[in-house]
Amino acid sequence: MKLECVPTVSELGSISILGQITNISAALKEGQVTPTELCQRCLALIRSTQFLNAYITVAEETALKQAEESEKRYRRGQPLGELDGIPIAVKDNFNTAGIETTCASNMLKGYISPYNATVVQKLLDGGAVLLGKTNLDEFAMGSGSTDGVFGPVRNPWSYSRQYKEKIVPRSDSEPENSNWVITGGSSGGSAAAVSAFTCFAALGSDTGGSTRNPAAHCGVVGLKPTYGLISRHGLIPLVNSMDVPGILTRCVDDAAVVLGSLAGHDPKDSTTVQDIFQPFALPSLTDVSKLSIGIPKEYHAPGLSSEILAVWSKAADLFKNAGAKVVEVSLPHTHYSIVCYHVLCTAEVASNMARFDGLEYGHRSDMNKSTESMYAATRREGFSDVVRGRILSGNYFLLKQNYEDYFVKAQKVRRLIANDFVKVFGSGVDILLTPTTLSDAVPYVEFIKEDNRTRSTQDDILTQAANMAGLPAVNVPTALSGRGLPIGLQFIGRSFQEKQLLTVAKWFEKQVQFPMIQLEEVKKHDNGVLQHQKSASFS
Amino acid sequence: MAARGCGGVWCRVLQRGPGGSCSASRPRRAVACNARGGAVPLGQSGLAPWAAVVGLEIHAQITSNSKLFSGSQVQFAAPPNSLVSFFDASLPGTLPVLNRRCVEATVMTGLALNCTINKKSLFDRKHYFYADLPAGYQITQQRVPIAVNGSLSYSLCKDNKMSQMVTKTVRIKQIQLEQDSGKSLHDDARSQTLIDLNRAGVGLMEVVMEPDMCCGEEAAAAVRELQLILQTLGSSQAIMAEGQLRVDANISVHHPGEPYGVRTEVKNINSIRFLAKAVDYEIQRQIKELENGGTVLNETRAFDSKLGCTVPMRDKEGKQDYRFMPEPNLPPLILYDAKSLPANVNHQQVVNIDWIHERLPDLPSVKRAKLVELYGILPEHSFTLVNEDGLMDFFEDVVKQTQMKPKKVIGWILSDLLSHLKQHSLTAKESPISSFLLADLLNLLENGDISSSAAKQQWAEMLDGLRAERAIYTQRQMKCSTWSGGERIAVVETDPTRSASRVDGVFEELWKGEGKTPLEIVKEKQLELIQDQEELEQICQAVIDEREKEVMAIKGGNEKVINKLIGLVRKATRGRANPLLVKQILEKKLSE
Repeated sequence: MKLECVPTVSELGSISILGQITNISAALKEGQVTPTELCQRCLALIRSTQFLNAYITVAEETALKQAEESEKRYRRGQPLGELDGIPIAVKDNFNTAGIETTCASNMLKGYISPYNATVVQKLLDGGAVLLGKTNLDEFAMGSGSTDGVFGPVRNPWSYSRQYKEKIVPRSDSEPENSNWVITGGSSGGSAAAVSAFTCFAALGSDTGGSTRNPAAHCGVVGLKPTYGLISRHGLIPLVNSMDVPGILTRCVDDAAVVLGSLAGHDPKDSTTVQDIFQPFALPSLTDVSKLSIGIPKEYHAPGLSSEILAVWSKAADLFKNAGAKVVEVSLPHTHYSIVCYHVLCTAEVASNMARFDGLEYGHRSDMNKSTESMYAATRREGFSDVVRGRILSGNYFLLKQNYEDYFVKAQKVRRLIANDFVKVFGSGVDILLTPTTLSDAVPYVEFIKEDNRTRSTQDDILTQAANMAGLPAVNVPTALSGRGLPIGLQFIGRSFQEKQLLTVAKWFEKQVQFPMIQLEEVKKHDNGVLQHQKSASFS
Repeated sequence: MAARGCGGVWCRVLQRGPGGSCSASRPRRAVACNARGGAVPLGQSGLAPWAAVVGLEIHAQITSNSKLFSGSQVQFAAPPNSLVSFFDASLPGTLPVLNRRCVEATVMTGLALNCTINKKSLFDRKHYFYADLPAGYQITQQRVPIAVNGSLSYSLCKDNKMSQMVTKTVRIKQIQLEQDSGKSLHDDARSQTLIDLNRAGVGLMEVVMEPDMCCGEEAAAAVRELQLILQTLGSSQAIMAEGQLRVDANISVHHPGEPYGVRTEVKNINSIRFLAKAVDYEIQRQIKELENGGTVLNETRAFDSKLGCTVPMRDKEGKQDYRFMPEPNLPPLILYDAKSLPANVNHQQVVNIDWIHERLPDLPSVKRAKLVELYGILPEHSFTLVNEDGLMDFFEDVVKQTQMKPKKVIGWILSDLLSHLKQHSLTAKESPISSFLLADLLNLLENGDISSSAAKQQWAEMLDGLRAERAIYTQRQMKCSTWSGGERIAVVETDPTRSASRVDGVFEELWKGEGKTPLEIVKEKQLELIQDQEELEQICQAVIDEREKEVMAIKGGNEKVINKLIGLVRKATRGRANPLLVKQILEKKLSE
């Protein structure tokens, strides 16, 4: 790995380039670092962390061009805003004009979209530098980022000093790298990219927890905004009625910055709200005594690790000790959400995937006996077993004879789940505090022992109810597990109350002082940066 | 025993052919109409007659600059795939955005068809794989459409007699908004299919009619009335030949009192005339099938206009399960009325039903009633005026510019002008004779410059002959007109004040469109009446001298014979004689 072109930290000055967007933005304004330097730095890190498989496509050329443009703006003293010159990454299920958009599927390998997703366009309009497209489960169907055609994403924490110090070699015969853990998913590429400092923020998508789950496993902030707050135009859908573009950053403040640039009505997405969105900076809470934090008892789910339970309890105590009202609440329909989600998700998947017929775009089979045989062969070759399985069950649920028994019932249950939240928030609770995942990240070799469906159902259990109800939710990295891996907790807020949600998350983030990742592997290649990184403060 | 589905006053009952066997060469079987409704067994066989049940599903393309859910332009016969947005091609990640104009046009249509407009309607996905359906589903309104429970009244002639019009009503089940598909062009020689997506995503209104019709003629009349309403509203151009109006007919036969028979769906009907043919053919086919001991299959059939029959559609074989699902990318469509309209709302963002209702133009039925009232014309004439494209406006323009009474003008419009237009396949708007010129001609007539109203009686006999000729001509025209409804041109009582041959001469000259005024033509062709009394007396004398036999007859008391002499004078003057004057001269001379 050649890194000669990478400037050293000393060259960049004594600034915290690995810190927050707000800090780096100030540094850019003051000329302590240029957008091009920053971009090159990130591109170098992408290269040196290539083994993580976080990126499917690195758009080096266009990124450098964008950085150059940004640099001109800074020189003129006219940056476009806080995101100008900030390197970002985008999950590979968002359309990017001129850059391949694959959804980690053979179906879209080589597909170059003619347009930008609204969120991508907004980031570019804000001067952000798009480094590349991040890895995911095929069509975002998964919870491990292990089921895409480009292979699994490796969790950067697998290579951290924290993890390596704790890990007991499984056996002498196994190669050293068999211990690496998954990122969670399906936005694992984005979570890994942010976690490994290759970018300052990344877009994920969140349908049942696909942003929050990998954020928890990778120790980053993962925000799933309220359904309808951010445009889905250009996001290749999984479940239209639950999909939300997600935001992955290294701190809560950054998530608010990115949210500010993305939120608001989009005439191209009729499901976005018309209300004008006012971007906000988060206040630093000093007093939480007026807050009412709800602890939903149903989230004490089967399979929840004792370690996570302990972290959760400690967090509740933290609020209690700070004067907040902490109450146990009930969301009685939570445990129906898995089966309900399964029906609704597969039904929409079956419908959304119908367009991939090989005619207009994407993979087309050579089979040319008839249009129908071409369709069949194209879809067999283009989709993985996981995708085909979901299409099959979805079509089954939508059959005339089954529709009432499955789809309609699932929609009713969805309403009940949403009403649970309405009741709890109506009772005076401001924010719900729950675990994000059942356990810390498991090694890949363990993870693949079970099939995608089983794993997805297990892993989404704590996150998918927020999607059913359309509520905003955020993962905040909280502590390290006994194995030295991140544990995150989830805050769920009221609809469109992102400011309140993130303000509380920010307070919590400050209290818990989640440790920095110490990337041993990267350090081998880039000693200087990581020396600096150690001393970086996130408070 | 009441024939369900023939709710009106009049229905067609289909009867077993003579002796139970039928000759294949006669597609039409014994058919009878029952003026009081209800099916009555006919014929000697004593078997219950067949009753046919016909329901229609009509797709009307909405007249709009852009498509239902995308900004692409809508245009007929544009170069292939030149009007395709990313959404139309179903590129991943694109989303539908509802076109307000399409909603308004559909609300307007719903109101015109007496429907209840749903303040909240929903969109659904209907799934099927077809090459010209890029998304693999069509966005439609299956659960809660925009308009429901309406009705459409239409009229048709009983026994092909214009004077015996009956009005019937068909219930409208619903009107839904949906996307059109693209077009597939099958190249069998190269065994490939070419796809044109220009039409993909164009807004359609699907009007679902209840099975309240019972023959092709009723279906045709109902569709024609719907077409006129759509054109009046401007919600669809509704030109069948351009595919803007597509009719699918659901047809079954049964014995009245028994449950409905198995129905077939007939597609590929591209004119109203073919609709009547297709429905009647299919009814007869089903009866024949059942009478021969066969069964009717629940299938989709296509009408072959060349062969005049319906044939099964191969690619529609087997039952489709469309796996309907709510369209998750479109929120419910909320419409407002004056009461529910929220304050401080941006009027560009909402559709107000009351606002649309207040601005509905006069519908064809109202127009007809107004014509009858205003001009004293016959109801059946008002039908022709309204049903023929642009004819009503033409008529009204002529009426405004002439002193001739509208009742007389209508004769000129319906017989002369319309038959000429039909002969040349023109609409009134394309008429080479402008309303101004025709009015000018009628004014000459009215002023007695080329004829005299006092000649009425004397000319009656001759005009009878002329009328007969014209009737044959008109019928011929009807047969080759593209409109099918049958007898829209009934022979109009010809105004006897018209000195037919010469005025027609002027008419023919005007038709050539050489820019001459009627008066110029009259002068040029020496068509004006002979005003010289002496000249006329000489001609009359010459006729009397030649016709000793007739003169004797008149003098012998057979006064009617004088008409023959008048005719001869007319012939001698090439019609340039005022008949009243001729009669006076002849009577005077004969009594001398």
